[in-house]
Amino acid sequence: MSDDGELVERCRSGDREAWDLLVERYSRYVYAVIVRGFRLPEQDAEDVFQEVFLRVYERLDNLRDGDALRPWIAQVTRRLCLDRLAAGRSELAVDEEQPDRQVLDELDEALDVRLGLEALDERCRELLDRFFARDEPYRVIADELDLPMGTVASRISRCLDKLRDLLVEGRNPGPPPS
Amino acid sequence: MTERTHTPTHERIAQLLAELPPAPWGWVEAARELPRMDSIVERAAADAEYRARVVKDLEAALAEVGLEPEPPLLDELRHRLRDS
Repeated sequence: MSDDGELVERCRSGDREAWDLLVERYSRYVYAVIVRGFRLPEQDAEDVFQEVFLRVYERLDNLRDGDALRPWIAQVTRRLCLDRLAAGRSELAVDEEQPDRQVLDELDEALDVRLGLEALDERCRELLDRFFARDEPYRVIADELDLPMGTVASRISRCLDKLRDLLVEGRNPGPPPS
Repeated sequence: MTERTHTPTHERIAQLLAELPPAPWGWVEAARELPRMDSIVERAAADAEYRARVVKDLEAALAEVGLEPEPPLLDELRHRLRDS
């Protein structure tokens, strides 16, 4: 059973921590698809974001194969974005007509890397996330993680090595047990 | 993980990490709190007086359990109460 399969099973049994983890794992992807792939304006984007997780929460029991969680969430997100556009409630986005396929493909690849990140130790995860995804400067990272500022760049480089190894070798054992 | 045939460079990995910044904190929190809605539905099924109060003011019922009364949540709660 993949990590997602196990996660789905835990969610189905009412495990709140598992639901938190599911939201944490997919919220960035869902957000990016809505805002960058479909370019929905903020109010519509927030509604669709909540609808996606609501639908996932309500229909998780109907998902036959827990391992299909990722493509299912992607499909639900895209469908709800298209519905929103079709409803014509999004005046800014309705002229765009189609999602940006190139962006959607890029986001799928980004999710691969994001899931790989979960397999790294917490320190590396924090470092890479803060620097690349949260765009925090070295000084802030050094303060927050209690690191000498002069070592931040080299640590980031080493963590990138580890992540690349995981991605290349396909050794993604999933995140450590929570 | 989907298969990639090439070896990603540091630059490419960094670029892909940057593609997925966090969603707004409030949005994520609202999604995390969805299981709280279960408590409303379960209590409403067991307590007619509470159910009447919830039906009368869905927004207050959601706020009472710490949920923002966003339109999708209101629709869902209305739907679930109808089915329960």
